[in-house]
Amino acid sequence: METAYIEVHNLSKTYSAKNGNVEALKSVTLSIPKNEIFGVIGLSGAGKSTLVRCLNLLEKPDSGEVVIDGKNLLTLGKEQLRLRRQKIGMIFQHFNLLEQQNVLDNVCFPLEIRGIPIKQRKEKALELLQKVGLGDKAEAYPSQLSGGQKQRVAIARVLANEPDILLCDEATSALDPETTKTILNLLKSIYDSMGITIVIITHEMRVIQEICTQVAVLDGGTVQECGSVTEIFKNPKSRAARRLLLMRETEEMSDVG
Amino acid sequence: MWDETMIVMLLEGIRDTFYMTFVSTFFGYVIGLPMGIALTLTDKGGITPNRTVYRILDIVINVTRSVPFLILLILVMPLTKLIVGKSYGSTATIVPLTLAAAPLIGRMVESSLKEVSQGVIEAAISMGAKTSTIVFKVLIGEARTSLLVGVTIVLGTVLGYSAMAGVVGGGGLGDIAIRYGYYRYETGVMLVTLIFIVAIVQLMQVVGTFAAKKLDHRNQE
Repeated sequence: METAYIEVHNLSKTYSAKNGNVEALKSVTLSIPKNEIFGVIGLSGAGKSTLVRCLNLLEKPDSGEVVIDGKNLLTLGKEQLRLRRQKIGMIFQHFNLLEQQNVLDNVCFPLEIRGIPIKQRKEKALELLQKVGLGDKAEAYPSQLSGGQKQRVAIARVLANEPDILLCDEATSALDPETTKTILNLLKSIYDSMGITIVIITHEMRVIQEICTQVAVLDGGTVQECGSVTEIFKNPKSRAARRLLLMRETEEMSDVG
Repeated sequence: MWDETMIVMLLEGIRDTFYMTFVSTFFGYVIGLPMGIALTLTDKGGITPNRTVYRILDIVINVTRSVPFLILLILVMPLTKLIVGKSYGSTATIVPLTLAAAPLIGRMVESSLKEVSQGVIEAAISMGAKTSTIVFKVLIGEARTSLLVGVTIVLGTVLGYSAMAGVVGGGGLGDIAIRYGYYRYETGVMLVTLIFIVAIVQLMQVVGTFAAKKLDHRNQE
């Protein structure tokens, strides 16, 4: 197996809620190899979103380590972390585009953060928009786009910084099955054309099946099992994995109907 | 009664009212905008939570907001004299007006900035944006419609306060209304000034709403 690029050691995170504490992650250890499309699947409340948000420290874990390319992010200073984040792209369930900026300026935004001159910014952004099939939408505003188109803009935006890691937090969960497929195909073609490690968080087995090579099954804040997608589909060992596979079958039936 | 001096006086009153309202609102934002930004950033759930800073600002704003304007006006007279050199007239009124507007503006800015979705802010953090970039580009940029509506509301409020300052010789239309309507029982003059005040507020409201709509790209047809 290839060497791990992202390593998570004994990661724990507890949220304090009104009715007591919620342990979102309980000492999670996971290693994600370089240049893989790695899936993390679990039902809602399994802790998968917390896990991915810990990978770029949007969420600060209570204990444990997040090691990327040999460096523990938790030991980085504020400025170092900020610069490291520029190379860890993230896309979201609700796209999170700037609603008051047009599509082109949205894609320019990460370049602006890095202080790239305006002319180069626009050239690069247009090139990326063409890449995601939205070359003709540069002047449109997010409110004029469909969900799938918005996610394409978010993908163009995230690629602007040429990240080495792409985190996808339920990136297709707000989209219909057809659009999900096109977004996954886009991610796949990005993966094929540039060396990148993709981490996909989802509750849908078909997303894992479609695109991932390896998968970790998360339940109750712990990793139930982890391995190659084909292996887990063929021979699920944990109850959580079996339940998720069962859900996929019902999903497919409802799609037909 | 409606001779040239009266017309000149009314025109000057309009000019002074505009002058006081806009200059005070401007200085109010110079103080209130950073306050609103600081409140947003330091509140729990903000991007740089800081309980102490938030509490202090929160209390300062609550206290100053509770002082009735007329009392504030009298209370800060020594300060006004120190800054402007006298305690009456429209320029002098700018001092208490600014002090009354600033905490109101701080609150309005805070509430506008807090409307910006947490997700967009997180997206910017995940891109490695500096706090300053998030403040200007994300918070202010995304909340601009709401901020502009806020400016319109503040202008209306400050204009109302400026008319109150007429009681102590503050200048402007309010001053005229009180001198003629209240002290001399010339209701006609008072009504005319009132019509002007209503018209000005209306005008600012229309312009503000129009500009806010123009700048909003969230729900374009």
